Amino acid sequence: MTSHLDVEELDVNYDDHRVLQQISFSLEPGQIGCMLGPSGCGKTTVLRAIAGFEPPVNGRILIDDVEVSSKLYCLPTEKRNIGMVFQDYALFPHLSAAENIRFGLRGWKPKQQQARVNELLAMIGMPAYGQAFPHQLSGGQQQRVALARAMAPQPGILLMDEPFSNMDVELREQLAREVRDILKQENITAILVTHDQYEAFAMADQICVINEGGIVQQDSGYNLYHQPANRFVADFIGQGVIIPAEVTGEFTVKTELGVISGDTPIDSDIGDTVDILIRPDDVVHDDDSKETAVVVEKAFRGADFLYFLRIDSGSEILCLAPSHHDHRVNERIGIRLNVDHLVVFDRV
Amino acid sequence: MLDRLWQPGIVLIALILAIPIFTVAGFLFQPSEDIWQHLLDTVLIDYISNSLLLMVGVGLGTFSIGVTCAWLTSVCQFPGKRVFVWALLLPLAMPAYIIAYTYTGMFDFAGPVQTAIREWTGWGYGDYFFPEIRSIGGAIAMFSFVLFPYVYLLARAAFLDQSVCVIEVSRTLGCNLWASFYRVALPLARPAIVAGMSLALMETLADYGTVSYFGIGVFTTGIFRTWFGLGDSAAAAKLAAILLLFVFTLVLVERASRRKAQYHHATNRYQQLPQYQLTGMKAWIACFACLMPLLFGFILPAVQLGFWAVDTYAEMVDESFVRLTLHTILLGLSASVLAVLLALLLAYGKRVIASKPVIASVRIVATGYAIPGTVVAVGVIIPFAWLDNTIDSFMREQFDISTGLILSGSLFAVMFAYMVRFLAVSIQSVEAGLGKIKPSMDEAARSLGYKPSHILLKVHLPLMKGSVLTALLIVFVDVMKELPATLILRPFNFNTLAVRAFELASDERLADSSTAALMIVAAGLIPVILLSKSISVSRAGS
Repeated sequence: MTSHLDVEELDVNYDDHRVLQQISFSLEPGQIGCMLGPSGCGKTTVLRAIAGFEPPVNGRILIDDVEVSSKLYCLPTEKRNIGMVFQDYALFPHLSAAENIRFGLRGWKPKQQQARVNELLAMIGMPAYGQAFPHQLSGGQQQRVALARAMAPQPGILLMDEPFSNMDVELREQLAREVRDILKQENITAILVTHDQYEAFAMADQICVINEGGIVQQDSGYNLYHQPANRFVADFIGQGVIIPAEVTGEFTVKTELGVISGDTPIDSDIGDTVDILIRPDDVVHDDDSKETAVVVEKAFRGADFLYFLRIDSGSEILCLAPSHHDHRVNERIGIRLNVDHLVVFDRV
Repeated sequence: MLDRLWQPGIVLIALILAIPIFTVAGFLFQPSEDIWQHLLDTVLIDYISNSLLLMVGVGLGTFSIGVTCAWLTSVCQFPGKRVFVWALLLPLAMPAYIIAYTYTGMFDFAGPVQTAIREWTGWGYGDYFFPEIRSIGGAIAMFSFVLFPYVYLLARAAFLDQSVCVIEVSRTLGCNLWASFYRVALPLARPAIVAGMSLALMETLADYGTVSYFGIGVFTTGIFRTWFGLGDSAAAAKLAAILLLFVFTLVLVERASRRKAQYHHATNRYQQLPQYQLTGMKAWIACFACLMPLLFGFILPAVQLGFWAVDTYAEMVDESFVRLTLHTILLGLSASVLAVLLALLLAYGKRVIASKPVIASVRIVATGYAIPGTVVAVGVIIPFAWLDNTIDSFMREQFDISTGLILSGSLFAVMFAYMVRFLAVSIQSVEAGLGKIKPSMDEAARSLGYKPSHILLKVHLPLMKGSVLTALLIVFVDVMKELPATLILRPFNFNTLAVRAFELASDERLADSSTAALMIVAAGLIPVILLSKSISVSRAGS
């Protein structure tokens, strides 16, 4: 049943205002994609366009190689065989959990309906809650019922609009992993929209980072962190600082912190001035190191300390150190650079 | 096709329903005539000063009763409090004109109270002072007794809405319960209280039954007198236009206060308000303060009506009374069904189309609730009569047939006036119901394979059922209570219970009017009980 999705050079307008431009990506059957970006970047509009709620002004959307949206034609939502989980869940308050799940199963035989409802209730771990009404359920339970309702008719593609945004932070990642397991088990093609990178990392095979209506990078979570395509992605995903550097060789640059080598060739001429990205995990705390920096500020993170350090040239960098290395502010501590992936940006 | 007709249809409905307002407002700018000059020289000053006096009196009355009861029932514990919370709404079921007859019957010279005083003391006429019920002061009391629940309802909601914190903070800053009330709670609730008072004052201005029975010269009675006494429709319409100015001022005040009230939300977190246990004398004073308005606004008149009805019903309930009741119910039912159908058309249009003309149309229609029945009647009858005369003369010229009056003096005119006045009520209720259906629910149903028409049946209908029934009920009861517009527009020989009660009372047959009055009160109780139920179980934020 699972489908594959192609979005080709999609443009969408609200009134006369362009909110999406040139969005292109594909998902293979069973893949989980994610639209990640700050609020107002247009990521939800991508989802609504795929669902058929927003017609495109240019480009097209294909589900299993059948064109469902284009400038000229928009297949009604109810004929697209998609499922959707809404940010506010949109459970029907007059129907019980089981009736909500059964809602999309019109045309099934009653026995099959009952079996499917039971199967889904079991899958979401709520077999005893079929008769409960939405207002009697907790936020997490409502969320699971909404997911089960969307999955019940075995949609080709499942669309999820910020499905975890109303949850506690701890619950969020746990649910994200649970939902991923369920989707993988049922081999469902799915798209998640979120502004939370950890949610995206926990769920998605492929992440599109969206900013101002366009895709700025499409990659795995690991690559987004370690090889951000531009400053926006570098800033939006994870923490870090940008410091100036001079290119000294095919793989090396010289910085205030000394010479740094990467594992891929640098796309600039020797002698050029560039900016490089230093992540907190690139800076290793080492009491024996000759290189030192002064602690400006520190944040306790449980297992780690995040230190804000000032190096002798005056620049500030971040350093992630195990939390048994508890140093005071203004103390001078030893550091060592351990950069695997050298991220280089042109100077602006 | 349907979609393309929807928007112009809504605009057309709004324009047609706005005809009476525009007609009346238009008379403001008509050149003056003799009779108008006469009114200006003689009674207009009285109308204005009496209206202002009534407004000040009723404003003070509803404010003091409403706010006191609201504060006591929101933060204090005293004997009977749980009953008062809902029972203080009961006076809403009592039309002012009905308690006016009842109290006149009880307290005027020949009534049981004064008779008892005379028998007990041996005094005669003029030997003692007794306040005259049929006076401006009496009218202020009548209106205050039945209209204070508007202030009570909104003020109480505002008090409950306030965060516990602001009250507790004020106490940590050294205010006692009384000081926290007037320095913190009252200023925070002010927009809500002003909104409630504006509603009460709109009802006061719209009243015809009470002021006419008490013989007080205000705009509504003036309009009747000018139209039917002096036979001058233009001058009557001009009076109506001035009344409309008063009303629109109140509408503006009310809307502005409601907008303000949104910003007076202190927090989104709620917890049970602290309940101050009153003891001893204080507890009994609180109980007394809540009991008095309930007693005078509902219990006393209801009991009196009951006694009269027991005495007279055998004589009063005959075939014509049954027919009258049936007429009233049929009229109420058809008006409420029509109002709800139009409300659905408009409210759905606003949700689906949401264009500026549609939103403006719904807004215009929603103003109707403020317009006094007398003004609506004047605004209906003038264009209808013009239309009738035009058709009649056209038919006579062309076909030599006189069609006479087709529209004016027909049930159609009555129904039209009800729509102008009560459509707003049903729209409000229907919109509240629609508000509960989030747009994402429509989208969820579509993503689960439902066509829009099926969504209406499977999602909207079950969720809207409650608010549609409420709308039907409220319009039905409003029509049952409606007096001035029905009185003016009804076809010859057609009566409703309200008109019948008014006629009997005007003929000084107070006891005879009680059966009809009691039926109106009984019908009015149904929505009030529903309202009380909903406020006693629900609380903002929970």
